[in-house]
Amino acid sequence: MTLGRVVGTVVATRKDPRLEGHKLLLVKPVSPDGKEESGYVVAVDTVSAGFRELVITVSGSSARMAEGCKDKPVDCVIVGIVDGVSLDEAG
Amino acid sequence: MQLGRVVGRVWASIKNPGLEGQRLLIVQPVLPDLTPHGKPLVCTDSTGAGAGELIYWVRGREATFPFLPGEVASDACIVGIVDEIHLGKKQDNAC
Repeated sequence: MTLGRVVGTVVATRKDPRLEGHKLLLVKPVSPDGKEESGYVVAVDTVSAGFRELVITVSGSSARMAEGCKDKPVDCVIVGIVDGVSLDEAG
Repeated sequence: MQLGRVVGRVWASIKNPGLEGQRLLIVQPVLPDLTPHGKPLVCTDSTGAGAGELIYWVRGREATFPFLPGEVASDACIVGIVDEIHLGKKQDNAC
């Protein structure tokens, strides 16, 4: 799983019928120390995340294990809204 | 599977129902000589690993297997805590 920040939404009228009703968000990857990384990903939202929120995304076939995404053509899902991150000093 | 070190934790109270009760740890992948290699990532934990511990983790769909028959949306999971690593000193040049 990776951390990311919600930076936008994606609107699509024509899409696979199994994706209807799902909110699509643009997520920018973020490192655990809070720095934004390059690239974007379009992710299905299962936790009602909001703009600029720090979230956890799951990608690949594991994304379909998320509740509400079974047997749907998705490969990246937002599965959590981050309250806090703690990094060990020694790490 | 890859080696890694637990370097932090993530808290999230709003989660996909499948992830309820799962600990989320930040893992820095390391090489066999324990130098960091690659970007840190968030992993679920099936072993009870703690801060600073050397572990090995699995990536992909297999990261959901430790929790079967539960449906946990996880693409990276800690599946073992490393006791020892033995690295052969003699270089193997055979192809």
